[in-house]
Order: sequence, then structure tokens, then C-alpha cells
Amino acid sequence: MAHEIAADEFSTVVTAHRQQIFRFLLSSTRDIDLAETLTQECFLKAHRNWASFRGESSAMTWLMRIAINLQKDHWRNRRLQFWRQTQNNSVDLDEASEWLPSGESSAEQKLLAQERVGQVWKAVEGLSERQRTVFLLRYVEELELSEIAGSTGLNEGTVKAHLSRALARVRMQLGGKR
Amino acid sequence: MNLKDDFEGGALDGMKTGQGAALDAELELALRQFKQSVHAWSESALSRPRTVEARKPHRTGRLAAGWALGCVLVAGSVSGGLFEQHHRQELARMAAARAAEQQKLAAAERAREEEELLARVDSDVAREVPSAMEPLARLMAEDESR
Repeated sequence: MAHEIAADEFSTVVTAHRQQIFRFLLSSTRDIDLAETLTQECFLKAHRNWASFRGESSAMTWLMRIAINLQKDHWRNRRLQFWRQTQNNSVDLDEASEWLPSGESSAEQKLLAQERVGQVWKAVEGLSERQRTVFLLRYVEELELSEIAGSTGLNEGTVKAHLSRALARVRMQLGGKR
Repeated sequence: MNLKDDFEGGALDGMKTGQGAALDAELELALRQFKQSVHAWSESALSRPRTVEARKPHRTGRLAAGWALGCVLVAGSVSGGLFEQHHRQELARMAAARAAEQQKLAAAERAREEEELLARVDSDVAREVPSAMEPLARLMAEDESR
């Protein structure tokens, strides 16, 4: 599959995967503008390097790998340039928790759901970068362990270990609440 | 692999038995609601109307502009003060010169008046007082005729 991609073919790829890539970047950064920028960069990079996509994994896994690397580069650059006054538009945990799943009918149910979602966000914030990535890919994007391994470059055993620690942390956070 | 398998001990080797054996409904519910919440947020963010924001001036640019404005104000007030002081000094100098000129003219006028007065007195005195040798001269003239 090592070939240049036609514009309409690439457009199909973008349409199929844009939402998932954006969602992952949004949950990782909690910054809508940054997530949009990184999503665009992801597809730009994918288009430029399409010839190097050998088709060993799915396009989704390959794109997710690019997105993860872009996100890592972004945080690394921000850490290196900490002395610069870079804007941080990340929303706080309470704001992120305001988005409720539909179907919570009563006010009490909504409040409880919001509290639960807030507890998970709190736990996610306390995870290491790798644990967070693995956790979000598994429980928000619902990727298979093999796909997570392909996207992160980790082996499945390591992915399981990270997931286990992340889950334990969420469980602890929820347990502390009760 | 089903997500639910993650909680049931076998799938995640790293999970302790106590934790993984039967994940309570609370954790499962929390994870499901978390996923739905993120999906709702993402969909809303993707469908939001895009607005073009006016580019804000860079902070250093604002700082430089602030400094420049401050410098202009300081320079303006200093030069204004200097100009005002110079203007006042100039007015005072002109007033002093004018006063000196007037004094000079008055002094000249006084001198001229005094000179005229003295000249008038001299001529009046010369007309009224007879010459001291006049009687003798008259006698000498009578003798000669005789």
C-alpha cells in the first residue's frame, strides 16, 4: 500500500477517522482549540507520509499513533518552553464533567452522573501520560488491546499493566467518594 | 476482547484478584458515563460554530507600545515644563529691557530739561545785570570829548 494517496481517497480517510482522533486529543488535552489544531496536524502529517504507511495495521491505528506522537511533542515543547507565556486553554475538571450522557432523567440522577464523571476525570488527571493514553484509548475509544499496543508502540503486556494501574486509580477515586 | 472482561480478573494480568474479580457496578457505570460524557463534549465541540477571533497584539508589542507611550508622555511633560519656564524667563527679560529703556528715556528727558533751564537762567541773568565797567566807560568817553 506504499503509494501516494489521491485527494478523494484521503478525504474518505479523514471523514472516517476525524471524529475519533479529535475526541482522543480532546480528552487528552481538555483543550478544544489545541485538539483541533493537533487533529489537523495529524491528518497533514498522515497525508505527507502516506507512502510510509505499509498497511500492517489499520489506518486508524496508524493515525492514532501519529496523534499520540503529536500530543507528546506538544507537551515536551511546552515543558521546554516553560519560560514562555504560552496560553493554556484547558478547561477545568468541573467544566469537563458538565457534559452529561443523555438519558439521565431526574435532577438527582444528573447530579450523581456529573459527580461520577468528575471523579473519573480526577483519577485520569492523576495518571501518568502513558497510563492516561492507554486508559482513554480503552475506555473512551474502546480500542482492542492489540490496537492500543499498535498505536502506542507498547507490547500488550505493558498495555495491560498500565490499564490495570489506571483502573485501580479510578476505583480508588470512586471508593474515596463513597 | 469485551470491555467488561477487563474487570473480571482474567484479561488484565496486572489487576489484583480482589479488585478485578467483580468490579462493582459503580465503576462500570462511572466508566460508561465518562465515555458518554466525552463523546457528547466532543460532538458538541466539533459542531460548534467557528468564529474568527481578532488577533490580539503580542504581549511584547503591547509592552513596547506602553513604554513608547510612557516615554512620549514623560518627554512631552518635561519639554512642556522647560518651554513654559523658558517662555516666562523671556517675558521677564523683555519686561526688564522695556523698563530699562523707559528709565533711560526718562533720564535723558530730565537731563535735557535741566540743560534748557540752566540756559534760560544764564540768558536772563546776562540781560538784567549791567556790565561792571559801564560807568567808567561812560566817564572816559566824556573826557575824550572835552
